[in-house]
Amino acid sequence: MKPTLQRLLSDYGMIFVLLLLCAFFSAVTMTEQTPTGEAAARQLASELRGSVGKEGRVLIAVRPQAEDQVFAHALEQTLSQAGIPTTVVSGEPRDAREALVKLAASQQPLAAIAGNHVTAAWLVFADIPTDFPALGHPRIVKPRSYRWPNFLKSENLLNIANQIAVIAIVAIGMTMVIITAGIDLSVGSLIALSAVLAARFIRDYAGATHASATGMTVACLAAILLCGAVGAFSGGMITLFRIPPFIVTLAMMLVGSGLAYLLAQGQSIYQIPDSFVWLGRGADFLHIPNAVLLMLVLYVLAHILMSRMRLGRYLYAVGGNREAARLSGVPVQRVLLFAYAASGLLAGLGGVIMASQLKSGSPTYGNMYELYIIAAVVVGGTSLSGGEGRMLGTLVGAFTIAVIQNGMNLTNVESYTQKVVLGLVILAAVLLDTLRHRRWNRGGSAD
Amino acid sequence: MIAPAPPLLEMRGIVKSFPGVKALRGVDLSLQSGKVLALLGENGAGKSTLMKILGGAHRADAGTIHIAGQELHFHSPQDSRRAGIAIIYQEFNLVPGLTAWENIFLGQERTRAGFIERKQERQRATEIFQRLGVQIDLDAPCRRLTTAQQQLVEIAKALAFDARIIVMDEPSAALTSHEVERLFEIIRDLRQQGIGIIYISHRLEEIFTIANRVTVLRDGANVGERPIDQLTRQQMIELMVGRELKDEFPKRSVAIGAPRLKVSGLRRGRLVRDVSFEVRGGEILALTGLIGAGRTEVVRLIFGADQREGGDIQLDGRTLALRSPRDAIAAGIGLLTEDRKLQGLILGHSVRENFGLPNLDWLAADGFVRVRREREEFARYVDTLRIKVPHQEQHARNLSGGNQQKVVLAKWLARDCEVLIFDEPTRGIDVGAKYEIYLLINALAAQGKAIVMISSEMPEVLGMADRILVMHDGRVTGEITDVAHATQEQMMQLAVA
Repeated sequence: MKPTLQRLLSDYGMIFVLLLLCAFFSAVTMTEQTPTGEAAARQLASELRGSVGKEGRVLIAVRPQAEDQVFAHALEQTLSQAGIPTTVVSGEPRDAREALVKLAASQQPLAAIAGNHVTAAWLVFADIPTDFPALGHPRIVKPRSYRWPNFLKSENLLNIANQIAVIAIVAIGMTMVIITAGIDLSVGSLIALSAVLAARFIRDYAGATHASATGMTVACLAAILLCGAVGAFSGGMITLFRIPPFIVTLAMMLVGSGLAYLLAQGQSIYQIPDSFVWLGRGADFLHIPNAVLLMLVLYVLAHILMSRMRLGRYLYAVGGNREAARLSGVPVQRVLLFAYAASGLLAGLGGVIMASQLKSGSPTYGNMYELYIIAAVVVGGTSLSGGEGRMLGTLVGAFTIAVIQNGMNLTNVESYTQKVVLGLVILAAVLLDTLRHRRWNRGGSAD
Repeated sequence: MIAPAPPLLEMRGIVKSFPGVKALRGVDLSLQSGKVLALLGENGAGKSTLMKILGGAHRADAGTIHIAGQELHFHSPQDSRRAGIAIIYQEFNLVPGLTAWENIFLGQERTRAGFIERKQERQRATEIFQRLGVQIDLDAPCRRLTTAQQQLVEIAKALAFDARIIVMDEPSAALTSHEVERLFEIIRDLRQQGIGIIYISHRLEEIFTIANRVTVLRDGANVGERPIDQLTRQQMIELMVGRELKDEFPKRSVAIGAPRLKVSGLRRGRLVRDVSFEVRGGEILALTGLIGAGRTEVVRLIFGADQREGGDIQLDGRTLALRSPRDAIAAGIGLLTEDRKLQGLILGHSVRENFGLPNLDWLAADGFVRVRREREEFARYVDTLRIKVPHQEQHARNLSGGNQQKVVLAKWLARDCEVLIFDEPTRGIDVGAKYEIYLLINALAAQGKAIVMISSEMPEVLGMADRILVMHDGRVTGEITDVAHATQEQMMQLAVA
């Protein structure tokens, strides 16, 4: 096999596993879908414009729900633009009967009755030619249904992306740290610390629920930078005193979590303006949530850093063989410091996004996240012994975990069972990866 | 007349292929009990593969193995061990934190109801060391033993399960000449006890001292098998490389220029005590002495790899404030470390990335790596140094020792250093590649660079150096300026001081 292709497969083999999972969940969540709202209105309008002339009147029957109202309003507008007169009836079958009686009294024949899959089946419309001879023979139209997996609906896919954004973003820093043959257990606590810090800054200094956009931005940046400082502190302990990363970050995990509880006095902080949810829930561009956009941008930047830049090369070198890297002139300490500071900053950003998604800051955020984040990195093919791994692999790993969780939610798997399945899937993914690597790395030297 | 006893070990027609490489093409090998067979060949000739098959680590694609006339099939290292075969690899298989006797019985513990019989094991270990005629602190963790002592523990481990065949892969590489003498006495002793020994070494003079027969491999095939007294040193080399070699060391004549590197009063604890010397442009200065004399420690101080406690380092009259290898590299000093695998290369990364690592200051001046430039530069060195790599993305791990050393060389040559320090540049490298590396060192000297070379091989020191410094116990104990008339005895005198 050509080396480039071989490398691609071994770097991104998890993509196939991810696609397989998507295919599986698509198959099991295949269901009958009926269009609603504007989509339904568009479909019926084009159908009615073709079959009903200007003289024919259309009765639109809907229930009082919001999506039915949207449907009725959109359909009424499109039809009246085409010159087709309409009557809208909104409510119960009883209301529909009244409308029919009225129309029959004024001797206006009906060309069609438009409804959705519920209203079109109302008994009152079942036998109009006998019940209301004056109305003629109206056709009853409703949106056509089609088969499509719940999993593959665009709202669901965007939901998956939004759900995983925090984990995926923090996993960028974790990938760097693990590539240097380290580990950062403090990220989960830093998510909580950052969320609490941002919320407190907004509440105490930026004017609580009346905070301005600038005030909120400054508060969030301050929270992120403080988390970066905690990361840098861990990096300093690891490089200057040569304490194992596991120990240092384990200690910082406790410190960070404790600080978060202290600062929040054990409660959620929710004195935050409504506009704060822009980052976590807003979707300004092509319906893609802002957090997901941010995540994609960060991954592109991180990928460039790791694959094209000197710093990336240094990160790999330090993890591959620290002594050889040092003797080749790599500034090992600065490189490690960068990795842990970056991990802290990204955990801080993750905390801010989470606070924005939930419109509050609480010390319980990010609990156990470090484990999911490490799992995402490892499932993505990064070796815990350092020196190898790919940034985009981590994104695939994060999505693999998200897809499994989402798929099980859609298929109503109980949450305890979900944990068991997730654990086994992570194990299987890493096992597959190890076996594949072993096959390709075998051969060795002929010496 | 009784039929002659079958040989202790008989390997016939051994074939082994790896993806893309035919490592062995039908190799024969036979060993009599009580004899020493030297297995010779360049790196990549197939010696290690053959020994791994014997040790059960690899399975042959074809061929047979007979032990004392009985055909055996090895499916695992345990099978091989059960057949009485012990292999002592160049990198020892000892657990550093366990004591000598714990290591000896690791994997073959004597137990009763799951409990280790410590007393009995320790007693047996004492007996084995008595049989070897050596004294070793049985209760010290192995990491505190010297290399020579660790090797004795490996030998003891082999004797503990009554090995009949012992394979020694480069046993003398890390030993001082005195320790090598001691090792040879032990080998002679083992022969007396009827043990057959396969001895792999690149040091030809040792082969003449210790071996009875020689088997030479080249490109995975037998090219010669003879008793030692029917071979000359020259013939041996020619068999290994497959061509005539005029000289082991290339001739050169370089005008020696002004002093370039000057160190004075270098100190670090008890390892380096007040070392001063200078190296001139175009000069090759050899630093020699016994292992542990402080040679490597001195060059590590010059390179900034360890912090010095005192002393000055000047390059071309400028005093350098070196605090790290990074500073030294920026100042134009390069160090090719003695241990390629642990210090010279990142084995799990591609050879191209290894090549680029010290050169990223100019290959990635603005922070972005010019990968195409890197590839072109490396391709140039692959050509000129004749590095055998299938492609640039090959992991450094999969290269033979000689080619690994060439990759390390390439990475420093590309930097155009003013001072190059070679620590055991030809250790574990075959004769052909050695000659090429000598040529390169000479070419660097001809460009007016200052060269420092550490070597334990005396012929190499005498053949290459313009001047020799001998170290003992952290001090420079002698200087030989008239290298042409120097002798190994003279160097030895200074080294043991």
